[in-house]
Amino acid sequence: MRPLPLNHPTTLSRWLLSTPALVILLLAASGPLLIVLVYSFLSPGPYGGVVWEFSTEGWFQVFFSRDIFDDSVGPAYAHWSIFWRSVRLALLTTLFAALLGFPTAWFIATRPAGTRELWLFLVTIPFWTNLVIRTFAIQEVIRNQGLINSVLLNIGLINQPIQMLYTDFAILVGMTYVFLPLMVLPLYASMDKLDGRLLEAAYDLYASRMRVLWHIILPLVKPGFIAGSILVFIPAIGAYVTPRILGGGRHLMLGNLIELQFGQGRNWPLGAALALTLLVIVLVALLVYIRLVMRDPEREHG
Amino acid sequence: MDTSADERRILYNQPPNPLRPEIAVTWNATRSDIEIIDLSKVFSSGNETFKAVDHVTVHIPDNEFFTLLGPSGCGKTTLLRLIAGFEQPNSGRITLGGQDLTALPPNRRPINTVFQNYALFPHMSVADNVGFGLRMLGQSRRQIKHTVTEMLALVEMESLAHRRPAQISGGQQQRVALARALAPRPRVLLLDEPLSALDLKLRKTMQSELKRLQAETGITFVFVTHDQQEALTLSDRIAVMHNGKILQIGSPQEIYTHPAERFVADFIGDSNFLTATIVHTHAESATVKLSSGAQITARLPHAMSASIGRTVTVVVRPEHAMLADQGVLQGTLEHALYFGTDTQVQIRLSDGELFTLRRQNTVGQLPLPALGTVVNIAIAEGAAQVVRH
Repeated sequence: MRPLPLNHPTTLSRWLLSTPALVILLLAASGPLLIVLVYSFLSPGPYGGVVWEFSTEGWFQVFFSRDIFDDSVGPAYAHWSIFWRSVRLALLTTLFAALLGFPTAWFIATRPAGTRELWLFLVTIPFWTNLVIRTFAIQEVIRNQGLINSVLLNIGLINQPIQMLYTDFAILVGMTYVFLPLMVLPLYASMDKLDGRLLEAAYDLYASRMRVLWHIILPLVKPGFIAGSILVFIPAIGAYVTPRILGGGRHLMLGNLIELQFGQGRNWPLGAALALTLLVIVLVALLVYIRLVMRDPEREHG
Repeated sequence: MDTSADERRILYNQPPNPLRPEIAVTWNATRSDIEIIDLSKVFSSGNETFKAVDHVTVHIPDNEFFTLLGPSGCGKTTLLRLIAGFEQPNSGRITLGGQDLTALPPNRRPINTVFQNYALFPHMSVADNVGFGLRMLGQSRRQIKHTVTEMLALVEMESLAHRRPAQISGGQQQRVALARALAPRPRVLLLDEPLSALDLKLRKTMQSELKRLQAETGITFVFVTHDQQEALTLSDRIAVMHNGKILQIGSPQEIYTHPAERFVADFIGDSNFLTATIVHTHAESATVKLSSGAQITARLPHAMSASIGRTVTVVVRPEHAMLADQGVLQGTLEHALYFGTDTQVQIRLSDGELFTLRRQNTVGQLPLPALGTVVNIAIAEGAAQVVRH
């Protein structure tokens, strides 16, 4: 078919019909990202905001710091440790969500057909409650006078409360709890499609139960693991509320560091550069991850 | 690569590779006959219970092509799953070569299954599918490669070894499923309606393929089907199942010519059921009087008590009856259907029942009498069979 000329009414109406999508892409996706990119190369305004003066200081400060007395340049260890904590906690959250999510999803997928919807519904119930409230609820459980410590003290297992709140552990517990459903749902979706006869076939061909799990179930629910890991890792690495409440402001993650620059820090260019750094970390992590999981273990055996 | 049947037989009958120790130790018996003793399996949901397998006792000797035949829901697949170990019986025992299997899980039984829809592992190549059982048995990579090549040659699938199951046709998947189940050299191969997903032409090809494989490997085949034609073609012996029970076991000829139960006669082939009265009994047969008043000799099923004067049902196959000048039954010619090799003739008997007979079409044959003519039907000597209800 010959392409229609640009001023042809059909061409025009097609463009008109795609306007909503184009507007959303421009105003909500690429537009803001461009603004953030531009801001990261400007100078901070005295009361927040930016002044239109080109500067690479924002990007410089992401990785290096100047001594306030003698202006000597050193690595920004504080930022680096926050990067590392964010990546590590997000990875651990993904790992624990997968470890807890797999049996949960398997349990739901193996219920009789009529009752699975009920179990799925129960998994999604926490979404109905505000994130802040759920995070405070975890605080109640793990703080020094909280549920766990009170019980352990009362039965005499410990003499002093265990410090759990305001540690990386607390952040990990909180994020795993909050993001677990995002792992369970895609895992369930891929388990639901799993053909039970394949498991019987493997069992029939001398595979033990563990080997059926390893050679048949895990490779076949891999798409669920990939989707779940992406859904958990991305919000976890940029998490703000959970580290803020359970980390007590001392155990910052990237989200908190960025917020600090736009708030008290009044350093918008640094905040913008940090936000883009987070974006790059997520992109690189995803690329590496996809590369790793897309390798075909079965083919390598042959 | 083209391997002759003899070569393939030699390939398969090489001394088996050492199995995983626990299986090798358990299965050093030389026999591999299956003994099923008073086996029952009851499924219950809520208050309802369903006897899928109801006190079944059967012996399947070594190297037999044994078929479980019956309509869907008759319990044949459940019986197969009990032998495989996917289901646990409520009572009864299964032994293989004299050793009790009942408590062993499927992965400890030297029995492999070909599933109805093949259940090939979609994430593995054809070769990895075939080698899976061997891998699980802990054989070396070299051994596995050797056996896989052998098995793929056996089913003539060498050229597609690196394809995924989704990239090959249904008939090819069927062959791979067979090779996968045969590769670990099981004592018994279970086949759950393996041909039902194939089209008619492919099914015919695979039938002779199956027969060939069974002859070449010498493994006991237990085959489940609802297709009577398939059962008659392939089997050494057939067990006809209905409502969880085995109604009759016998060679295809026995089952077809001498059905012992009305259900068996009805399920396999076409039948005329005639009501008759016993007038005289012999050792294995009886003289019965038909509704027309004529007396014929009919075979009695094994261990049937036949007292004189009792009303019984007699089965006559359509091809065992013929139009004649002198006959035992009379009726009006109502319909004639031409099938090429034969013509099916329907006759309304004087008692109102419809009788079907099949007439071989030959060249120079006398034409059929006109519709509406009164004709005589003769029944071949020894063709009538009394059946139980």
